[in-house]
Formats: sequence, structure tokens, C-alpha cells
Amino acid sequence: MSHHLVAVKDLYYAYPDGTEALHDVSFRIEHGEAVALVGANGAGKSTLLLHLNGTLPTMRGEVVVGDTVVTRETAVLARRAIGMVFQDPDDQLFMPTVAEDVAFGPLNAGLPPDQVERRVATALDRVGMAHLQGRPPYRLSAGEKRAVAIATVLAMAPDILVMDEPSANLDPRARRRLIELLRSFGHTRVIATHDLELVVAVCSRVIVLDGGRVVADGPARTILDDEDLMLAHGLERPHSLRHLHPH
Amino acid sequence: MSGGVLGLGDLVEIGRLDDLGRLDTPMHRVDARAKAIVVLAFIIVVMSFPRYEISAITPFILCPVAFISLGRIPVRHIARKILVALPFALVIGLFNPILDRQPIVAFGPHTVAGGWVSFASILLRFALTVGAALALVACTGLYRLGAGLGQLGVPRVFVVQLLFCHRYLFVVADEGGRMMRGVALRSDGKRTLSLRVYGSLVGHLLLRSLDRAERVHRAMLARGFTGEIRVMRCSAFRGSDWLFVCGWLAFFAAARAWNLAAALGCLLTGGAA
Repeated sequence: MSHHLVAVKDLYYAYPDGTEALHDVSFRIEHGEAVALVGANGAGKSTLLLHLNGTLPTMRGEVVVGDTVVTRETAVLARRAIGMVFQDPDDQLFMPTVAEDVAFGPLNAGLPPDQVERRVATALDRVGMAHLQGRPPYRLSAGEKRAVAIATVLAMAPDILVMDEPSANLDPRARRRLIELLRSFGHTRVIATHDLELVVAVCSRVIVLDGGRVVADGPARTILDDEDLMLAHGLERPHSLRHLHPH
Repeated sequence: MSGGVLGLGDLVEIGRLDDLGRLDTPMHRVDARAKAIVVLAFIIVVMSFPRYEISAITPFILCPVAFISLGRIPVRHIARKILVALPFALVIGLFNPILDRQPIVAFGPHTVAGGWVSFASILLRFALTVGAALALVACTGLYRLGAGLGQLGVPRVFVVQLLFCHRYLFVVADEGGRMMRGVALRSDGKRTLSLRVYGSLVGHLLLRSLDRAERVHRAMLARGFTGEIRVMRCSAFRGSDWLFVCGWLAFFAAARAWNLAAALGCLLTGGAA
């Protein structure tokens, strides 16, 4: 079995106040796929992501990561396999310096100090932020914070990368860099986003959520190009697909 | 951002204290545990003097001065922070001059009431202890200090609380600042908030902070957090650190047992005490 597999079957979730967030969500993501989760605000994207590493317990249905069913007991295994980049980097960066923040995960995994240092250096290098390692995270720009947040996850050497709105709050150049970075990864990637141009550039497959249900699942270009489908679910056809010429 | 209801300027200054903590000076190189023990002993000894004591306390100024000068900490920076905390000490000592009018010191025809002496003593102790604590943080950095306290056996819960308080103070202050700006932009130039608006504002800030705390906790769990903050480098307690601790403790003991200021005065003037 591949460690890089994510399979969700008939997942249902309702928040404690009774709001139903997910209805019978099912899909299967294979090794190395880059999949976008798109949908209007409140469609259930973030709730779904929180199920993938067991942060929210499954109420009904099942989530499989690698070859383990994610439960309260196996959540630790899922968290080792899945690197999750949260929407707000300030939630993720809490150590006094960038280097220590990147080291947080590997140290928790019990790696020896020299190996941790190597992991930190490699991860920061990978996102182009090696020069920031001694800086306190709260002094960084939004783009730098995002890159460092990705490095904190890369340092744990996950098989699968899960990201919630990775391009939110980034300026065009930082966003461009992020897109290049995401394209360069060989990991299985699950990206929840409203940035449909990013989807066109990075993802080969799109899953559309609306009202907690999967309403479409297929090749990115086919789905994003379907104007009626996109409009019906609060989305739009990406501009870049309207033209054949690059600009 | 500066000023404002929450004193954001002061919070940003805490960041400055952190920058100072990263300097590399003889004082910064002393183990965090050694410095923490010395400052704790300093505070206990200074607080243990009887309430009318002033002259015997003065030699203790040597300790914060040593920290600040050897650690190359700008005095102005520490002084400003002491001023920020000063109102607390003022309130504590405020009633002493009113309640305690018994004269205990005489300068020729003038007498000074005991209340004023104890008030001055409170202010002196306050300046010394707060100054020493701030100098400790500036010479160590809060993170290394936290790690040191952990190594000394302070319960992990407290250390982790301290570090997180420090980290998210900035975030919550920013959030508060943004909310205040939002209010200011829609309050048509009025500078005071009604109690109702203020209550709602504080309530929202609390709820947002709770939400944030939950998201942070999730992010930590996602990276394998088990309740223990691990540090990359654990510093070793060297011989020079022992010397540092023993030297200061000996000085504190001597200065507590004898009035060194008076002794020095006698020595210089050749007079009897």
C-alpha cells in the first residue's frame, strides 16, 4: 500500500451547535496527485481538511491515510504522514525564532539534534528562507510567514501536504513564488482555495464542494472550464482558461 | 502602531527586550539558571529588609547595575519600563505618609515622618527588584529564561504558559489594535467608548483569542506536540556559572548582615557609626 494515499468514504460531520458541515463526502486521492478543494465560503473545505489528520473526529464514515483508518488512536500516525499548512501562519508559528519553529516538529518526532539541524536547514533552503532563521516569526512579512509555515511542515518530511488557502493575503510576487514552490513538490497535495488561477497552475484534479457535499470531481481543466457548474456553486471560470494566449 | 488604549507601544517594546536577549556579552553568556537564581535571591533579600530601611538597601543597586552594564543594555530602556510599572508601587505606598506621621529622622530643625521613609523605601525596593527582573530578561531572552526555569524544575505547565503568553501577546495586541481602529473609524471623532460598546469589544477580543488558542493548539498537534516544548540546545552549567552564583549570594548575605553603606561612610569619614 502507498503511504501517500488519502481516501475519504461517506464522511458526515455536524458541529456541536447542529450546523451540518459535511454530507456523505467520498473521494480517493492517489500518490503524487495535486488536488484542489474548491467551493464557496462555508462549503465545508476547512472542516474536511481538519478530518484528514484527525483534528476533528469522524462522526460517520471513514478517513484513510496511507493504510490506516484515522481514529482518535491513530491520529498520531496520520499527523506524521500529513503535513498541514494552516490558513493563518500566525497560528502556526509560535516559537521565538524561525529556526526553532521549523525544528519544533522534528524535535517532537524525537530526532537527534544534528539531524534536526539538517532538516531545518534543508526545509528553509527549500522555501528560500534560509536567511531568516534567526529572526522572530512575528516580525516577518505575510509572504515570509507563509513560506516559513510551509518549511515547518516540510521539515517533518510528510508524504502528503494539506494546505488551507495558501495564497491568501499574499502580494502578486509572493503568490507567484508560492505557485512555483507548490508545483515543484512531488508530494501528494490537497489544497483548499478560492484562488482558481493557482488551481489551474498547480492542480491536475478538482473536487468541488457545496453545502458539505461533493458536487463535482474530475480533471481540473474540464471542471473549471464548465462555466455553468462553476457559477451554480458560487465560483467562476478562471480567466486564464478563457484565452489561449498567455498574459 | 503606538499608543492607544492597550498601550501597544509598550508591547512592541517587549519585542525590543527580546532583541537585547540575543546579544552576545559576558552577561548573556552566563547560564540562564545561574542568572535566574541570583535575581530571585536578590529580590527575596531586598524585600526582607525592615520597612524603614533605606541606606542598607543602597549597596544592592550594584546587582542590576552589573547586569545592565556587563550586558550592554541601554539604561534608558530599563528605566522607561520601570516608569511604566511605577503607578503600582505608588498606589501601594500612597497611604504610608498619611497614616504614619511619627517623626523618625531629623535633619536639624526638620523632621521626616516614618511614613515618608517607608514610602521611599518601597519605591527604592520596587525600582531595584523590577530593574533586576527586567535586566535578567534583557540579558537572557525570555525563551532561554523559560528553558532555564524548566531545567531548574519549574513545572512545565508554567514555563509553557509563560512562553505562549509572550508569543501571543503581540498577536492579541494587534487584534485589539485593529478592533480599536475599527471603532475609531466609525465613532465620528468621539474619543470615549460607552460601557456597552467597550464590553462588547472586550468580549469579542476574548472570543477571538479563544478561537486563536484553539487554532494554535491544532497547529501544534499537527506537528506532533505532546505537551513538552523541546529545546535544540541544552546549555551546560559551567564552573564560571557556579562562581557567578556563589559570588553574588555571598555579596547579598554580607550586605544583608551588615549595613555596607554605613560602613563605607565610616571608613571614608573615619567617624564612628
